[in-house]
Amino acid sequence: MSHGAAEIVGLSAASAAAAVHAGDLDAGELFEAYRSRAAADRLNAFVWVAERAPADAGAGSGGPLGGVPVAVKDLFCTEGVPSQSGSRILEGYRPPYTATVVSRLAGAGAPLLGKTNQDEFAMGSSTENSGFGPTRNPWDDSRVPGGSSGGSAAAVAARLAPWAIGTDTGGSIRQPAALCGIVGLKPTYGAVSRYGMIAFASSLDQAGPLTRDVTDAALLFSAMTGPRDPLDSTSLDYPASLPRPSRRDLSGVRLGVPAELTGEGIEPGVLESFEATLDLARELGAAVEPCALPHAGHALAAYYVLAPAEASSNLARFDGVRYGYRASDSSDLLSMYTRTRHDGFGAEVKRRIMLGTYALSSGYYDAFYGRAQRVRTKIAQDFAAAFERFDFIVTPTAPGVAFPLGAKTSDPLAMYLNDFCTVPMSLAGIPAISIPSGLAASPDGDRPLPVGFQLAAPPFREGALLDAAFALEQAIGFDASAAAAEA
Amino acid sequence: MADLEVVIGLEIHVQLATATKMFCSCALSFGDPPNIHTCPVCLALPGALPVVNERAIHLGLMIGMALGCELAPRSIFHRKNYFYPDSPKGYQISQYDEPLCRGGELEGVRIHRVHLEEDAAKLIHLGSSGRIHGSQTSVVDFNRGGTPLVEIVTEPDLRSAAAAREWLELLRATLRALGVSDVNMDEGSLRADANVSLRRVGASELGTKAELKNMNSFRFLERGIAAEVERQRAIVEGGGEVEQETLHFDPASGQLTPLRSKEDAQDYRYFPEPDLVPIAITAEMLDAARSAMPELPAARAQRFESEFEISGDRARQLAFRSELGDFFERAVAADGGAAAVHARRIADLLTGEVLARLGDSDPASSRLEPAALAALAGLLADGAVTATAAREVLDALIADGGDPAAVIAARRLGRVADSEGLAELVERAIAADPDAAEQVRAGNAKAIGALVGPIMRETRGRADGAELQRLIREALGVGGD
Amino acid sequence: MASIEPDEVRHVARLARLELSEAEVERMAEELAGVLGHIATIDQLDLDGVPPTSHVVSVENALRPDEPRPCLPRERALESAPQVADDGFAVPSPQA
Ligand SMILES: [Mg+2]
Ligand SMILES: [Zn+2]
Repeated sequence: MSHGAAEIVGLSAASAAAAVHAGDLDAGELFEAYRSRAAADRLNAFVWVAERAPADAGAGSGGPLGGVPVAVKDLFCTEGVPSQSGSRILEGYRPPYTATVVSRLAGAGAPLLGKTNQDEFAMGSSTENSGFGPTRNPWDDSRVPGGSSGGSAAAVAARLAPWAIGTDTGGSIRQPAALCGIVGLKPTYGAVSRYGMIAFASSLDQAGPLTRDVTDAALLFSAMTGPRDPLDSTSLDYPASLPRPSRRDLSGVRLGVPAELTGEGIEPGVLESFEATLDLARELGAAVEPCALPHAGHALAAYYVLAPAEASSNLARFDGVRYGYRASDSSDLLSMYTRTRHDGFGAEVKRRIMLGTYALSSGYYDAFYGRAQRVRTKIAQDFAAAFERFDFIVTPTAPGVAFPLGAKTSDPLAMYLNDFCTVPMSLAGIPAISIPSGLAASPDGDRPLPVGFQLAAPPFREGALLDAAFALEQAIGFDASAAAAEA
Repeated sequence: MADLEVVIGLEIHVQLATATKMFCSCALSFGDPPNIHTCPVCLALPGALPVVNERAIHLGLMIGMALGCELAPRSIFHRKNYFYPDSPKGYQISQYDEPLCRGGELEGVRIHRVHLEEDAAKLIHLGSSGRIHGSQTSVVDFNRGGTPLVEIVTEPDLRSAAAAREWLELLRATLRALGVSDVNMDEGSLRADANVSLRRVGASELGTKAELKNMNSFRFLERGIAAEVERQRAIVEGGGEVEQETLHFDPASGQLTPLRSKEDAQDYRYFPEPDLVPIAITAEMLDAARSAMPELPAARAQRFESEFEISGDRARQLAFRSELGDFFERAVAADGGAAAVHARRIADLLTGEVLARLGDSDPASSRLEPAALAALAGLLADGAVTATAAREVLDALIADGGDPAAVIAARRLGRVADSEGLAELVERAIAADPDAAEQVRAGNAKAIGALVGPIMRETRGRADGAELQRLIREALGVGGD
Repeated sequence: MASIEPDEVRHVARLARLELSEAEVERMAEELAGVLGHIATIDQLDLDGVPPTSHVVSVENALRPDEPRPCLPRERALESAPQVADDGFAVPSPQA
């Protein structure tokens, strides 16, 4: 049976998988439909696209993911395929091994479509920090897609990929999902193996799905989890795979709205969409009440100590010895290190390495790292207390809609504030999802742009989280087709 | 000037005898071609993560138990950050303020801490080989990188270079008995650094210390420390002040040269390793370590002393070199085990004549059989062979093996008995040296040597010296003493 | 606003093995001061007696059996190295 490419890419990933399973769609045809779109990408969402479906793509189509190809953030190591984490220091690097999560997805029937653009080493909220040029937002190509998983988010929104995976350290899945009008799930820390993920901040990094809808997110997430990975000491057994989300109402569900994350600094259009979504939730039967997260306002400060500190150490291995770039004019050992790292790293990465090195250096550890770790404890305690009264904590995902390219590149702090609503959940290690809640006008433009609504749950409650998100998604009825048309 | 006291503490790195590396499943190796034992983890490829080797924890606990340490119910790993080509991650995974073991003591030297970490890779200096125009090149081999290490840090309880050496020998014997390491100093599986300082006798504060590295044999350790003590003594006695520094001992020149300058002072930026989870010692882990504990050298020495009635010194000499202790026990077993009657003589032979011939090598690797040594001890006790002839027998046993009685028979090394004409030999000796005979008669006891010597030469030592003297005195009519 | 001296920036850059031009030192000092100023808000919190969190997962003893697994062939290990000599990773000698 033959289908038009437009018809094929109009299917959600779960629908495409079902069609393959039913024999209504050929997995090779499906792969090629996306492959040719991805290869013609004008958003710079991809840094590498597969030349053909893997030889055994047909064999995998019997798996739960039905041969539906997946776009993978650049930082997931994939044997023989460029894996550069958006950095010039790793330009052209092809690792000799594959990340556990990429192997699991391939095993479940999702072949690799391509590698997606990202902020260098996942440090950024706009994908402008990529060593391979910025990615553009499919809703408005003068604007950023968010970051750091901006390539994955843009590819899914523009239907260059049926679905994608990214990583979230302080909001890097949820914020670009919000800015591109798609669904992004940051799982419980430890749910997904980090083995083969080029690290940014080890105690925070977590891989998750970026998808067109909540159903796809549940399907892809289920394939990413499973028995704990013996190669990642911090990974955990994830209970049985999740059922397809089906909840239509929110009766009996208690939503907590933290004043600390829903007031100052949020664009009016975003707040409006947030309030409208709360109204919908009430209509679906949810109880919506204010809740307190007294330390959430300090999360960003703690995060900008902890994440750079870990990053400064994680990025020490990029030294020009075993792989990657080495400055050609390095005659002695010290200059080999300092020039290689000067030329190879971008400005934001250097800024964070400096910040993290400073925070860990002799005499400052207690004042910075030690204190930030204690703030982290307080934030986790805040959430634990809130979850005694509430099933989910809800906030806007990002304080604003997609901003123009270049708008925040010269002001690090302004860029960091993008993560204001997402970082607290990252520090607490709890799962959180962003779903599109509608469109809002940007303060600096007239075209309406997507807004994300974030729900956070206690650890390992992804099933309930996806179910509640599904109910809201059905009620919201977000129309994402404009983004696909643009690309 | 007041008397100065030497204060020494040791930091010992022990490579554990596991099958695989500390944080990855690469096999351990020694002397293999470069870079054939590597993987994404020990090459620190982007995205690779460490996982702790279970057996390294087990061996670490055994060491902690052997040294009487307090075993931490919960310990964690830290990152020690520094850049060097032999450190692929740019940090070493080590333990910092929550180590596996704290405290403890071995033969009067207190243990400060025992912790787990990973070894660095090997950096080989190529020199300006011409490969890279005009520059000096080194090459990194990651086969050794990531080998499990236990670091043992003592309190500064040692007071001389010789004491440091002796204590390190005991520690080595203890580790060898535990079977946790090859403890081979020239192959680097046992490495010792020493912190050396001086202070006025009676002072409680420590003086400024120097850190001595690279002393890869017991002899060099002793020489290095001795050299450093002299260097510091000269400074202090000259009214100067010792500066804190790290010194590298060059065994060829016997010189100590500074390793790093202070300008490059280290700031390791330790922080908890986020890629690993805590080690929480379980009852099962403790049971497994406890039941794997062998008898340790100190306890073995005490047992030798009480069981075989040998001197404490002799017992320690045997027990602190476990291969000697093992050989001794096998010889005693051949001698009748609990009923052994020649244990003391076996111990004397082993620590005396055998050691004089074999030095540091294991007697079990010579052709000498423990049963043969026991038999030789028996023949000596029975007077069937003289001490002098026994030395020749021992030479033969070590070189060719076999049974001492057969060697004695074949080489006619048995004691010369009266029936073989000892009396006649005595008469001949007196006749040949009448002067000496006269002096003996006159009461000069020492002069008897001049009469004994020729007889011994003629019998190649097979005559019993005491018996010979008795016969000579008898022949000369001089009373015994 | 926190301030950070250029010398301190140079010291940290040396620890991090980053070469910075004089202009980069100046700019870095300013940017770090801005971020450190924001971070300083946690100074107001009373954190006495609050334990530090290194990890949100509560697992312990994630251990691996001591069983060897195949290693990378040497060619694979060396294939991405910028400079190779004598079957190893070549670097400017530390003694040079
Ligand atoms: Mg050490
Ligand atoms: Zn390895």
